Amino acid sequence: MTELTETGLGLSLTDNFQSMKRRLSLTLFSLWLIVLSAGCQRSGDGITVAGSTSVEPFAELLAEEYMHEHSGTHIYVQGGGSTAGIEAVKTHTANIGMSSRALVGGEKNLHTITIAKDAIVIIVHRKNPIDDLSLIDIRRVFSGNARSWKELGGAAAPITLVTREEGSGTREAFQKFVMGQDEISLESLVQDSNGAVRQVVASNPGAIGYLSLGLVNDQVKALRVAGVEPNLTEIQKGTYTLVRPFLFVFNQEPEGEARSFVEFVLSLGPQRLLQKEGLVPVFSGLDKE
Amino acid sequence: MKMRFKEKFIEKSFLLIAFSSIGILALITFFIFQEGLPFIWKIGPKAFIFGERWVPGQGSFGIFSMIVSSFWVTLGALLLGIPFGLACTIFLAEWTPPLVGIVMRPAIQLLAAIPSVIYGFWGLIVLVPLIRNSLGGPGLSICAGSLVLGLMILPTIISISEDSLRALPPSYKQGALALGATHWQAIWRVLIPAARSGIVASIVLGMGRAVGETMAMIMILGNAVKMPSSVLDSARTLTTNIGIEMGYASGDHRQALFATGVILFFIIMALNTLAIFLSRRRLRG
Repeated sequence: MTELTETGLGLSLTDNFQSMKRRLSLTLFSLWLIVLSAGCQRSGDGITVAGSTSVEPFAELLAEEYMHEHSGTHIYVQGGGSTAGIEAVKTHTANIGMSSRALVGGEKNLHTITIAKDAIVIIVHRKNPIDDLSLIDIRRVFSGNARSWKELGGAAAPITLVTREEGSGTREAFQKFVMGQDEISLESLVQDSNGAVRQVVASNPGAIGYLSLGLVNDQVKALRVAGVEPNLTEIQKGTYTLVRPFLFVFNQEPEGEARSFVEFVLSLGPQRLLQKEGLVPVFSGLDKE
Repeated sequence: MKMRFKEKFIEKSFLLIAFSSIGILALITFFIFQEGLPFIWKIGPKAFIFGERWVPGQGSFGIFSMIVSSFWVTLGALLLGIPFGLACTIFLAEWTPPLVGIVMRPAIQLLAAIPSVIYGFWGLIVLVPLIRNSLGGPGLSICAGSLVLGLMILPTIISISEDSLRALPPSYKQGALALGATHWQAIWRVLIPAARSGIVASIVLGMGRAVGETMAMIMILGNAVKMPSSVLDSARTLTTNIGIEMGYASGDHRQALFATGVILFFIIMALNTLAIFLSRRRLRG
């Protein structure tokens, strides 16, 4: 009896080793495959779109739609940030760069196409009695010069600032449109995504923050800026001014597959899709900025 | 013969795998230093470590406030973790009826298995509003971070210090009791001092865990880049600085984050070396 069990144990042990070995070689083989396929990506057909992580999710959505309609082509979408995307276009490692900021300095000789616009909205807690702030007030608040809601006509409660981290495109746009030369107070709480900012503002009655229009929901209250409601009509009229472009960046007038993708992005269906996702669509064709 | 070859093959391939993990560690170390050290030299070690302003957009890279914040958060965690951890250890090693121990030990190990993002979420939803409403401030604070970290380091402290208590020769306790000491006197005057180095090592390892924790701290600390002036202030530690800004950083900013990693690396190395040194002494003693 004992002998039998022991043999059984011995057998199953070798079996185990063998299956382990098999599994190991399988793992190695699949690893090798991954490395191989990663190497193939660049040489294969298709175009690479790289840059801003704010634009990335929308570009991925558009690429999926595009590949659905044009089977056989492939569009690779990568993040990395606006600066990295522009750099990638310059060095020809990407066909299209994505930028969530206007081009500056030496970048200006690149060709750009605005694929949509994104508005930045100032948000506060739902129970905050304040509905409207002027740009100057917002700047005073975020530079740390106004510390109590009382100074702005609200309750006598301290203001908690919520901002995005350094390097974020949303922060960059907020800095440019609202703060100008002033610095966002170092006392501000820093959150690393639109969702986290919304979460903190939604749970703290004294908080104020900013995020993309598409991500505002009824957990928080969007403020009017100098009397202007942040909505699609006001943005298209040009009265709501905290709007940044989402750009595609090229070395020259786009050709071939890249051109076909851009034309697709600017057509009615995809633009409607972007609008549904909370962006401000641009229907006018290829305009050079 | 075939069996023998198989054995050798398995042995060697496992050796290779074991060494490859060390190789990867070496690669990571090399990479962090290669990216971070030139930057530290560029702006000067003193300006980097003792600079109080961190505004990458304007080229200010000083991480002193983060070093201080890391220190305060860790200290707070230890203030909570040590008394609770030791009480739990003594109870488990000395007083626990076997049946209770069977339930309690796995429960404590489970505490170590909970992903840190869950701790962070719990802290954000439960602790943060509690602190904001009862103590004031934004709630996202050193206080909240320390409470969560204190909980997170409990399993480290308990399991290692319990091992060191159990490793003591039974004659220590028997001798103390034979001399007329009460059970508590035997624990407090004889067993704890005898196991001291192991207990201290467990605390140092817990400290290492506290210094290194990132995800939960990003969610709870609020990440403000300034010198904290009270425990109700928001703060940013070394790890959260890397975690929160890595996504968008490029150029100098990215290198500065690697440089932050270099400093963190030294701190963790120092703590672990200390822990190894202390636990070695236990074996000899």
